[in-house]
This record gives sequence, C-alpha cells and structure tokens, in this order.
Amino acid sequence: MLSRTAGNLFWLSRYMERAESVARLILVGHRMAGVAHTVDLHTNEWRSTLRAAGCLPGFTEKYGACEPDQSQVFEYLVLDADNPSSIRACFETARRNARAVRTALTVEMWDAITDSWRGVQSLSRSDMEVDRLVPILEWVKSRSLAFSGAYANTMLRNEGYAFAHLGTTLERADNTARVLDVKYHLLLPDQEGVGGVLDYVQWQSVLRAVSALRAYQWVYHQRLQPWLVADLLILRPELPRSLLSCASQIVTTLDSLADRAGGRRGECHRLAGRMHAELRYSRIESIFQAGLHEFLTGFIDQLKELGAAIDQHYLAL
Amino acid sequence: MTANGSVRPSYAQIRAWLDAMPIEALDVKRREAELLFRRIGITFAVYGEGGDPERLIPFDLIPRIIAAEEWARMSRGLTQRVRALNAFLADIYGNGEILRAGKVPEELVFKNESWRPEMQGMQPAAGAWTHVAGIDIVRVDADQFYVLEDNCRTPSGVSYMLENREAMLRLFPDLVSSHRIAPVARYPEELLETLKSAAPPACRSDPTVVLLTPGPLNSAYYEHSFLADEMGVELVEGADLFVDDGLVWMRTTEGPKRVDVIYRRIDDEYLDPLSFKPDSMLGVAGLFAAYRAGAVTIANAVGTGIADDKAVYPYVPEMIRFYLGEEPLLQNVPTYLCGRPDDRAYVLDRLHELVVKEARGSGGYGMLIGPHSTAAQRDKFTALIKARPEDYVAQPTLALSTVPCFVESGIAPRHVDLRPFVLVGRDIRIIPGGLTRVAMREGSLVVNSSQGGGTKDTWVLES
Amino acid sequence: MKLRIRHETAHDYEAPSASTVQLIRLTPRSHGGQRVRYWRVGDGSWPSFEDGFGNWTQFRAVQRPHGRVRVVAEGEVETVDTQGVLRDTRETLPVGAYLRETGRTHPDDAIRALAEDVLRSANTELDRLHTLMQLVRDKVDWVVGATESTTTAAEALAHGRGVCQDHAQLFCSAARLLGMPARYVSGYFWPGEDGRDEPASHAWAEGFVPALGWVGFDAANRQCPTDRYVRVAIGLDSFAAAPVHGVHFGSGADSLAVTVRVDADQ
Repeated sequence: MLSRTAGNLFWLSRYMERAESVARLILVGHRMAGVAHTVDLHTNEWRSTLRAAGCLPGFTEKYGACEPDQSQVFEYLVLDADNPSSIRACFETARRNARAVRTALTVEMWDAITDSWRGVQSLSRSDMEVDRLVPILEWVKSRSLAFSGAYANTMLRNEGYAFAHLGTTLERADNTARVLDVKYHLLLPDQEGVGGVLDYVQWQSVLRAVSALRAYQWVYHQRLQPWLVADLLILRPELPRSLLSCASQIVTTLDSLADRAGGRRGECHRLAGRMHAELRYSRIESIFQAGLHEFLTGFIDQLKELGAAIDQHYLAL
Repeated sequence: MTANGSVRPSYAQIRAWLDAMPIEALDVKRREAELLFRRIGITFAVYGEGGDPERLIPFDLIPRIIAAEEWARMSRGLTQRVRALNAFLADIYGNGEILRAGKVPEELVFKNESWRPEMQGMQPAAGAWTHVAGIDIVRVDADQFYVLEDNCRTPSGVSYMLENREAMLRLFPDLVSSHRIAPVARYPEELLETLKSAAPPACRSDPTVVLLTPGPLNSAYYEHSFLADEMGVELVEGADLFVDDGLVWMRTTEGPKRVDVIYRRIDDEYLDPLSFKPDSMLGVAGLFAAYRAGAVTIANAVGTGIADDKAVYPYVPEMIRFYLGEEPLLQNVPTYLCGRPDDRAYVLDRLHELVVKEARGSGGYGMLIGPHSTAAQRDKFTALIKARPEDYVAQPTLALSTVPCFVESGIAPRHVDLRPFVLVGRDIRIIPGGLTRVAMREGSLVVNSSQGGGTKDTWVLES
Repeated sequence: MKLRIRHETAHDYEAPSASTVQLIRLTPRSHGGQRVRYWRVGDGSWPSFEDGFGNWTQFRAVQRPHGRVRVVAEGEVETVDTQGVLRDTRETLPVGAYLRETGRTHPDDAIRALAEDVLRSANTELDRLHTLMQLVRDKVDWVVGATESTTTAAEALAHGRGVCQDHAQLFCSAARLLGMPARYVSGYFWPGEDGRDEPASHAWAEGFVPALGWVGFDAANRQCPTDRYVRVAIGLDSFAAAPVHGVHFGSGADSLAVTVRVDADQ
C-alpha cells in the first residue's frame, strides 16, 4: 500500500478518535465542576481539563493565564479553528484525509466521516451553553463510535484496516492516560481530604468518562478505590480502553503488518513490544509507589515516540 | 436523425420504445439516473474545461446508436489516423522527414509551444506515443465522418463511457438486452494491457503500472481514481514517487517499490521540476531524466501536444498520405490558419459564417460561433485575430447531424459529437463506443460540459 | 593546446536536506577543434542519457538526509584554433529549431531595437553576428554578481550589467530576431597565464551562418572562441545547457561553491 494512503487512513482514524477523546474530557470536566459547584468549593476543573487535553498552552496564549472561564473552554475545545485538537478541527482534518483516499474507504466509513463533518459545521457559539453542549458531546461520541464501527465491520482486513486500527488504538491509549491524569491535576481543597466526598466523586467521574463505571463494579465488587480505578484503566485486559488492551492491539496490528511485508520490522515494533511487556508485567502498587502522574506522563511520551517510529517506518514520504 | 429529418434504421427499436414510454415515466427514470450518478460521485468536467469539480453533468437517457458497418468504417479511419499521428511524433522527434519533404512547415513545429526540444531523439518503448488518444468526431450526413480535433495529451471522459453504460443497464435492462450492443466494460483491462505492452524493454517481470494524478482538487480526479481502481493499480501523486539509482520508485508501507509505467494525468510541464516548471509541486524531480534514460514509460509520451495542436490539425490528412501512403478515411474540417495572410483575410471577411477557435485553447471559451454571434463579438475577435494571428484558426460551421434527446420540452433532436478512445501499445485497440457529448440547448453546436453540454450512452451495435 | 580541467561543485545545506536530484551536463564531446583525451564525471557510476540537444547528461539522486552534495568532473581536452567555426559537432536538431524563443531569451522592445541597430550597420550574416557580439558587450557591462542564474536576456539588457551567461542569452535572443538560428554554449575558458581573471565555467553563443555552419561568439570577451575554449553543452538558453542543475528538499539555507581549474600545456 502507498505510504500516503496508509498515512491518511492512520491519521483520519486518529482524528475521529481524538474528537471523541476531547468530548469525553469535556464531560469529565463538566461533571467535576458540577460536583464542586454543588458543594460550593473553588476548584480548577477547567484548567486541568485543558491540561489533560494538551490544550493548555494554546488556550493560555489566546485567553491569557487567568483561571479559564467555562464558556471559553467550551468554545476552544469544540469550535476553535486555531486549536488543531478542537472537535471541529478533528472532524475537518479527518474529512480532508478521507477525501485524499476516498477509494481506500468503504461507503460506510465515508458516510460516517462526512456526516460528522456536516454536523460540526452547523454548530455555533450559541451551542456552547452547558445544557445544549452535553447532548452535542454525546453526539460526538456516537459519531466516532459510528466511524470505528463502520470500519471494523465493513473494511477488508488488509493493510488499510491495520493502519486505521493503529490510529484508533494509539489515540485511544493516549486518551485513557490523559483522562486518568486529569484527576492528578485537580486540587482538593484543604477541608476536603483524600478519600473525602469530593475525591470520591472525582474518581467516579474519571470512570464515567471512559464508560467504565459499571465495568469497575463487575471487576472489583467494591467501593471505589483510587488504585483500583487506576488498575482497571491501566492494567486490566478486560477493559477495551485500558492501556494494556490498547498496547496489545497495537502489537498485534504491527505484527500483522510485519508479516505482510515478509517480516520487515523496525524500531516501532520494538517500542510497541516493550510498552506492551511493561504493562503486562506491572503491578498497580509499584506504579503508585513511583508516582501515577509520572507513570502517565512517561506513557504519553512513549506513545508519541511510538507514533513517530510508525511514521518513520511505514508512512514517511 | 439525418439531415433531412428522417430516422436512421438503427434507431427503429428505440423509436418504438420511446413511443411506448410515457414522458412522465422517462422523467422518473431521469431522476433515478441523477441519484445514481450522485451516489457514485461521478462529477467532473472533460479535459481542461475547469468548472466546479463537484458538479454533475447532465445525462441523457436516450442512447445514441451506431450501426455495425458505420462503426467498422469509423474504427478503420481512427486506426489510420492514430497510426499517422504516432508516426508524425516519431518523425518530428526523430529525423524530421516530413519537414524536409516540405509537407509541414518547420516553424509551425519549432515555434510551437507544444513542441518539446527536450524530447528530440527519444524513442519511447514499443514506439508508442499516444497511448490513449481521444478523437472527436462529428457526422455530417449518412456517410461522412469529420474529425473535429485530436486529443493526444491526456484525454479524459472515458469514465463517462463506462458509467453511462452501467447506468443504462440498471435503468433499462430490457431495452439494453433487446439490442446486441458491443461491450465497453473491458476498457480498463485493455488500457492496462496496452500500458504494460509499452513497458521499458529492460523491465523483465510483470510491469508495475501506476496512475499519476494531480490530486483530489483536479476536475477529473473522479476519473483518475475510477480508472486506477478498475485497473487495480495505485493512484499516486507526485510525492509518492521518487527517483533513485536512475530508476523510479513509489513509497509504500513495504518499502520502495519499483515503477515501470506511469499513466500520467498531469500535463508535461508539471511532470518534473528539474526539467520543466521549476515550481511544480505536482511532479517528481528527476522523472524526465529517468524517462529519457529508458528506465520508465510515461504515457502518453511527453511532447505529444504537437500532434493535436489546432494549427497542426490541417496537416493530418497530409501525414496520412506521407507516412502510410493511404487516402484519409475520416474527413478533416477545412481549417483556415489565421497566421497565413491569405487565410486571415478570408476569415476576417467571413467571420459571420465561420467558427473561430484558439489554436491552443480547449473548452469552448475562446470561441466565436459566427452564425450565432453579435457584431460586438465579431469586432472583439477581429481585434484578437489581428493582434495575434497565429493563435487563431477558423472553420466553417458544419451541418451536423442530430440524435433524439430527452429535454425539458420532451423528445427533440440535438447536436452531438463522439469521442472514441484509441489505445496505442504494441498494437492499436479501440473499444467500440466512446463518449457522446450533447449540446443540450436547441440549435447549439457546443457540446463542452462547461457550456451546458451533457452526455449519453453510445451503443455500437454488433451485426 | 592541451587543457586539463577540474570542475567541482559543492552544495552545503545548513539543515540536512532530505533529497537532492541533479542533472549534470559536464561531459565535453569531441569534434573538429577539440578532442577529449579522457574525462570523468563523479565516480563514473551515475546513470546517463543524451538529451534533446545531444548533450551527454548524468543524473544522480541522494535520497537520504545529507548535508552536502559534491560533483567533480575532470579530464583533458586537446584543442586547435578554428576561429570559432565548428565542424563535425553532434547535431540532433535541425538548424531551424534554434530559432525558437524561450522564457529566458524572449525579446522585448529593447532587444528588438538592438537587432535593428545590427541590421542597419552590417550586411552579411557573418558581419551581423560580429556586430551583434560587440553591441551586446557594449550594452551589458561585465560585472560579476550583477545578475542571477534566472535573469532573462531582456532583464540583463535593461540592467546594463551582467555576466557571460547574460551576454550569451542576449546574443541568442537578438540573433533569432534577425532570423539567424542561435544557441547557448556552456564550457570552459583558459584566460592564459597572464590572464587577469581566474579560470571559470564560461558561457558563450553560437550563430548559424549558412556558408560556414555554426560559429562561436563569445560576447563577454569580444572574440570568437579559440583553442583556449572547451565546449561542453548547448541549448536554447542557460537553463537547457546548465552544467549542474538540481532540486533539493529541505529547510534552511544552502550555499554553493564552484571551483574550476584549467591548466594548459602549450
């Protein structure tokens, strides 16, 4: 397959997935802010949401360093054309990539992308009110799921599928790590210690953000414990969005590509294999001992490195 | 329909079918057809016509029918003409016998923008220059086929030929099966074989063919992706290819892959920033050198534009006599070259009855249709011709034959032309059929899609 | 005269270039007036072809990150003085092809006026070309660095300053206006041991005179080429006959260093 075609497939599914990630991050932020509001506490959900989305520097440049205002955050993360990770920009980039490889897509994939793109075109500032935004974010999630469903169910299992799938899983792993990291950046007010009500609700929001609240109950059968939440999102193979699940899918996909190319392997295969092995043989206790935040930042860096290596090996023009 | 208003015998069945079909039913079918085309996404303009790339070109439901013996004559004429055009290109970039013999004026070639000195001495594989030639033909009466123009660079429109037939098969399966129609569906296969047969001699294994497109913004991008898909070859852009070790490679996920034949749908000057337009972002640096060194086939060959230049067109009958020793089977429309003083005087005197075209334009923009022109338009063209006479040619308007078409007011005769596609590799192949373009406006002679022209399916009957 | 030539072209890129592709026309051919005793371009492995004008052309690509590309051509050519008249050159194109205008030799009114001056002051074709040679040099002062490699004949004339490339292109443009086929030549010139200038890559023109054939005219030096000249490549203009022409992809500036050495055994 042409490197350019593979690259377009890889990036368009990354962007479709990223739109979903951003939607999920905003929803977490919104829930946490809602909780803080009801107990009348001054907290910093929006700053931590921006940081987790990797959008804090861009936002600060545009709006200054003062505490972010909710409607500004909504606009920046959903509509802003200057923000390459805004939901609108994600759908637009995905559509542009899709146009360039129209014939490599199934009709269903094309429709899923085009409908998302059309939908986001019709959004305006007036939609950036909380009451309106929540259903819109749910819609964004459903669009991204419609896309990944479309390719999972209609695409020939060839290289094209492998690159689309790589894009999705890489982005998804990144998202899970970031959602978990939101919690790290949240301040707990003095009177609200670790293990308090607010802390509890915040962990609950994290689980909801990755649609894993019920999964937690099924796996652990107990009250929310921070290390168990982290265990679920990082190390449990049962959870499809866990870092381990994503890493193992990345390894399988890269292996299938290597098999197709007569065993040709490169740095990306080594990096993916190492990442997977580390997750597979880790215990949550040791991750907490070394620091969860440090672990997550390290993981996000590793993903970045892996993405670059994939680009170098398969996609570079 | 013939010039005197009678219906050709080959249309007898169509006539009966139309008589039995209520206009409303046709209208329903027309809407169905439109939906079909929108769904496939077939939207483009024919070569060089520009326009909105997402626009749909009107499709006329009533097929155009060509009888077996008519086609046999036409295809002999096409073969002859295309053989002569290829011989001309080989000669012009070779020994120049036709120039030495004084049959074609030297300056017409050497001062022509379409002539490429870089190609001098080139001997393309299999002796093929115009791997795909589109010859635009009109019929004047029952026996006379006239060639309006030759298209030897990157003629487009063949996807219409194929999609129009697909549409007819879906909309009117019974009508189609009640005729014995020569199939067109094997065109992509024939094209691929033609291209492979023209691979460089050094290429030992099964040649790798690619289709080089300027990209999704090009008005014919649909056709590029359609043909690449149908042939099962990669649709590449300039950035997908590179030159190394004297060879051409494409970047794939499995590493660099050698390319032997490039069916290019981009113009000469954009092929290679090293040898042509230095600012071209579409091309491949070093491609032309690799081509000259014999490492890759470029189809059509570089520099073929000199053969379809409108100022060279009047000499095609002479080429046929010179290279083949035969009399032309297809007629040339008498053409006046405004660069020649006698011709110019004649043209300026009779603007009201002539069609004036730009020698190097295409698409029917820079065109004056004398009988339908206003005095102001004629004044404008008089000034244009006087300023740059070499840039204009003129032809008499022909009494074109018409075929029945389904238009707003019902079924009515409209003027049409036909672009059959002639493939040149080790041998010459012609798919029976072509792209029929229709001047949808009553009395109009302009079939270009940018000027409101439409298309219809073309049925070549098997005897 | 025996001329030993070494020509080195080096491009240095500030940031590594991802890809460089070059066309190299650095191979002189033998004809009446010059005989190539030996010649070598690069390591001799680069693919090559004969271009439309009959120039032996190499092309080479470097498709991995690199900071520098270097081309070295060297060899020895034996020359005799023919007063600029050429014999037995490799001719691929009919003479009439050299009447063609190009972007760089497209005439403007000033060039047309120059051609008319020539027409007024000289009668035979040969005289006209000689007169043109002098006029070109009169109108365009030889100032190194005054023009760029893409400067057109019309721009050089308007500017009044230029280098040998500009003189040669202006000569071609005006000669063609006079109905005389003309072409651009790139090659080498040995200025002599007492020569004021460093030997360098040089360029001049050739005009076609029916009685004599092709005749060289070096407007920059106001003379027809002698045995101090080595003729390497021809074309309709400086683009077509450029000794080394490349395209590279990369960010950052690049610098070009050209060193030419010509030594003579008399």
